[in-house]
Amino acid sequence: MIDPRASANGNLNEKRIDLMLIASLVERGTRVLDIGCGNGELMELLVAERDVDARGLELSQKGVNACVSRGLAVVQGNADTDLSYYPDQGFDTVILSQTLQATRRPKEVLQEMSRIGSKLIVSIPNFGHWRIRLALALRGRMPETQALSATWYETANIHLCSMLDLTDLCDELSLRVETCLTVTNGKVHHSTGRPSAWQNLMAELVVFELTR
Amino acid sequence: MDGHENSADGERLVFEDAQLTLDNGSVLDTLTLAYRTYGMLNDDKSNAILICHALTGDHHPSGANPLTGRAGWWDNMVGPGKPIDTDRYFVICQNVIGGCAGSTGPSSQRADGTPYGLDFPVITIGDMVRAQNVLLDRLKIPDLFCVIGGSMGGMQVLQWAAAHGERVFSAIPIATAARHSSQNIAFHEVGRQAILADPDWHGGNYAAENTAPRKGLAVARMAAHITYLSEAALQRKFGRNLQDRDQLSYGFEADFQIESYLRHQGISFVDRFDANSYLYITRAMDYFDLAADFGGTLADAFANTKARFCVVSFTSDWLFPTSESISLVRALNAAGANVSFVEIESDKGHDAFLLDEPEMEQTIIGFLNAAAVARGLPLPEVSGAHND
Repeated sequence: MIDPRASANGNLNEKRIDLMLIASLVERGTRVLDIGCGNGELMELLVAERDVDARGLELSQKGVNACVSRGLAVVQGNADTDLSYYPDQGFDTVILSQTLQATRRPKEVLQEMSRIGSKLIVSIPNFGHWRIRLALALRGRMPETQALSATWYETANIHLCSMLDLTDLCDELSLRVETCLTVTNGKVHHSTGRPSAWQNLMAELVVFELTR
Repeated sequence: MDGHENSADGERLVFEDAQLTLDNGSVLDTLTLAYRTYGMLNDDKSNAILICHALTGDHHPSGANPLTGRAGWWDNMVGPGKPIDTDRYFVICQNVIGGCAGSTGPSSQRADGTPYGLDFPVITIGDMVRAQNVLLDRLKIPDLFCVIGGSMGGMQVLQWAAAHGERVFSAIPIATAARHSSQNIAFHEVGRQAILADPDWHGGNYAAENTAPRKGLAVARMAAHITYLSEAALQRKFGRNLQDRDQLSYGFEADFQIESYLRHQGISFVDRFDANSYLYITRAMDYFDLAADFGGTLADAFANTKARFCVVSFTSDWLFPTSESISLVRALNAAGANVSFVEIESDKGHDAFLLDEPEMEQTIIGFLNAAAVARGLPLPEVSGAHND
């Protein structure tokens, strides 16, 4: 069983917490597409714990090869260009874990996701977190945190946003925030509907469950 | 009357009233299928893997080839404890029709004792797969756990999935394409013209003249062999090295190692392959265009498929480049198929699928194990299981 609120303690790294939170939002026995599935960690978790029919899309060929040799159905591809090859409503749930900020056209990616699946799970590092605001405000430097560890010139994160920014984009795309899971100091907070300014200040990481 | 022969080079099924209707409309009345099997069919008949061979392959992927004495063409991949594990799976390989390793082809004898020659009907990849279906029926195997093959073998894999999908649980098309490209047809045409231009070809009736178009076939093989390699591999292996000499001959001897190597490839090929078979099989590949058979939309070839696919390509393969595999994967995705796709980094060109490529082996082991779980087949006991 996955109970992220019980599991998400300080011993787990942010990556793992993110996967556990996402898995907690996936229903048993459903068809799932994981965009940017990396080495297949989340897919393996979902297959083992949620008994899903999981497919993956991954940019790095190394990640793809690792997934396939673990028996996962993964293809090499780019979220920005290859989602158009997936059929309408071919999946129950489409997942984008810590990947949206690395896409070229986040809006189009979300639109494609909502065409492919009825439920979207999107997780991002929250650029609205107070520590990030402080780093820029006081030090005048681009923030580097655990979730955003690369330097500004090396980061793949070209479209960073705060959780309120993402909420605005979801409004524009008529995507409803069903659930919002935020992580602060390794602790998980659960809310429904539009997140508050306070959440935007406190959350390091956020997982949205969105529906059309 | 049907007959079964167990000869030194594998088994043969002879159907004297086969009535195999071909894509060109003609009917093969008598049909001989040469094949070989490895391992044991389980009680559920659910562990059969069909290996489809490439243009110049035969039905001896594993173990010693009884004709040449050399190891089978996929010996690194097929055998006890190997990725296609004959301790776990019942492995079948059949010489394609049109071939020259025992199955009915242009060098086969007709009822009057003369070889078909150019009277043999032009066959297609679809016809090859139809004949494999006949073999499966005869072996009383309802469906295949997996059908796997590279190059022309991969075309057969795709044909199986598209035309006989109900008999395919999983499919591994390697270094292949859903249609033969213009460039590939062009290379084949060069090879065929070399054969046709050889005076010893005799309009295809060289057997009656007790000769064979050895030079033409050798040139065809030399040209084709270049397409199976890569510039990087040729440079690494041969460079501009001279063969058995210290300086240029200022003549047309095989000055360079690459020339000597190609000549050897050509000459040794004619000892094991029939020129007319080369014409027919290259033609079958040229005619292959799976989308065309389904109204021009490749995804429609795989509509409603339940098979799981693992598509494999190689970075340096310019004969069946990765772009062909990507088109295939997109079509499979559009059809909602369960598809994996791996591009293996290798500088060995198209032939990489026949060579020792550990990443390809890991991919196939992982994919087959996952498919075995889905099929309810037992996994290997301890060794072979992966550790994270």
